[in-house]
Amino acid sequence: MENEQSYQVINESPRSKKLTWLIHHFQREWRLYIMLAPTLIWFILFLYKPMYGLQIAFKDYSVFKGITDSPWIGLEHFYTLFENDQFIRAIKNTVIISGASLLFGFPVPIILALMFNEIINPKFKKTAQTIVYLPHFISAVIIAGIVITAFAPSTGVVNLLLNALGYDSVYFLTKPEWFRTIFVGTGIWQEAGFNSIVFLASIAGVNPSLYESAVVDGASRWQMMWKITLPCIMPTILIMLIIRIGNILEVGFEMIIMLYQPATYATSDVISTFIYRQGLQAAQYDLAAAAGLFNAVIAFVLVIAANTISKKVSRTSLW
Amino acid sequence: MSQIMNMNLYSRGDKAFVYINMFLVALFTISTLYPFIYVASLSMSMGEAVTSGQVVLTPVQITFAAYEKVIFDSAFWISYRNTFIYTIGGTLTSLAFIVPCAYALSRPQLLGRKYWNIMIAFTMWFNAGMIPFFLNMRDLGLLDSYLGIIIGFACNAFNIILLRNFFEAVPPSFEEAARMDGANDFQVLWKVFIPLAKPAIATVTLFCIVSRWNGFFWAMVLLRDESKVPLQVYLRQMITQLSDDDTFSSSLLEAAYSFETVSAAIMVCSIIPVLLIYPFVQKYFNKGIMLGGVKE
Repeated sequence: MENEQSYQVINESPRSKKLTWLIHHFQREWRLYIMLAPTLIWFILFLYKPMYGLQIAFKDYSVFKGITDSPWIGLEHFYTLFENDQFIRAIKNTVIISGASLLFGFPVPIILALMFNEIINPKFKKTAQTIVYLPHFISAVIIAGIVITAFAPSTGVVNLLLNALGYDSVYFLTKPEWFRTIFVGTGIWQEAGFNSIVFLASIAGVNPSLYESAVVDGASRWQMMWKITLPCIMPTILIMLIIRIGNILEVGFEMIIMLYQPATYATSDVISTFIYRQGLQAAQYDLAAAAGLFNAVIAFVLVIAANTISKKVSRTSLW
Repeated sequence: MSQIMNMNLYSRGDKAFVYINMFLVALFTISTLYPFIYVASLSMSMGEAVTSGQVVLTPVQITFAAYEKVIFDSAFWISYRNTFIYTIGGTLTSLAFIVPCAYALSRPQLLGRKYWNIMIAFTMWFNAGMIPFFLNMRDLGLLDSYLGIIIGFACNAFNIILLRNFFEAVPPSFEEAARMDGANDFQVLWKVFIPLAKPAIATVTLFCIVSRWNGFFWAMVLLRDESKVPLQVYLRQMITQLSDDDTFSSSLLEAAYSFETVSAAIMVCSIIPVLLIYPFVQKYFNKGIMLGGVKE
């Protein structure tokens, strides 16, 4: 009897206590894990397994040997990449296109939000908003299709207008010097409206009593916009700016694939289109994976830096 | 607040400001709309009128020849059907994964919750990229299959986090009441959380539908079989033909339709479903987008 009791006491060690608690927990909460498991498995299968496959960036990948059995070659692909003028050009183009989108595209949604805010007629405001949000939901293929149609040399509306003004037709999409302008302009046209939503929401959060006291002081609407609305949404503007800078390596490459052609590669070829051509079209998987890894690592560092900075600026994390 | 704003309108400077502002917004709105009108006009114009450069704003010599051409093209209908399969199948699959997962992640009693969250969020900041993803799809045998497109893009971290945040904000009293009635987690999710989270679920659904309807890159890369490609891939083939060789269109000069009008007609056909669902979901934008914090 005594022996048995002491045996039980030994059995009630912290570890086994934890085990019984765990068994109990799973008996009670197993449904939660059933709900969670499919998605976790999905993430492992479709997003983490490819990360294992990233090792081909350091290997001489052969389709027959597979990812694991292909021989290691160290940093050779990276040396090749950085001796490749096309890759250097792609990095340059990515930064230029992204930077230009940021420089010209970033202020537009803010201005648009301020302007929407000053519209008094609610019906007009609603209609205008509905329309300017729309292009965001249209596919890159269609947007590119519209661009190609509108800039076509003999039938496109842009050249028809140029002709009407007495200028010669320009085959815009074969001219490297025009690519960035067209791409950045299209991006602004497509996204400015939708991106204004964030700023509108921020404006909606401005304390109304600020405007009330400004009215008492006889401020004009113009002054209120500059002295109240804009300063109040500054934190949002800053955060959005930091996010955009953090994502500077991201360009809408679906659109570029649609719009670019060998004649404009000098200005239009970006990192992701380079990877697409080298990897998926020319089947140089290992080299393209190395370019992708380089891109992903830099992007990761930038995003983490952006989050750290925005935490300091606003004391609110992005995630 | 708007009342005060209106009172303030009486100053002359403010009146000018308001009208100039309205004019500029109207201008921006029109320039947003114009390309769509242009494409619609192209699609309804005589091919000849387009190739000779007469269409700028309104249709010239209205004809539906281009639409007839599209309607009798079986490849168009096959790709249209495929887009519906990918959109409906893909969106339902996404919801089946995302909703229960977001619920589980929102429960404080879930063990390892922090780690699961990090595991999911990490993929927003770092991903293996195009090539390893492609090789993985190939190794899984998901090239050239409906299943590959539907399953391979079912989840994304952003949607899960958006929904999880919404579930976390549901007051515990709702859940407690259901628990008193003996409901288990499946029932709590189905009867309490899903009805409460309608705006968030609508937003996620909208994101899924739009990305499915518009997605073309991976469909183009993963699908070889012409009978499986979605509308966007079919459309791309039409458009690139158009841009590759501009002289083609004039050599194909048939009076009723031209390459331009036919591809414009396909574009219109692809936009119409988006326009049809757009008003129903538009009301959720503001809410939905602010829910998940900042997108990107």
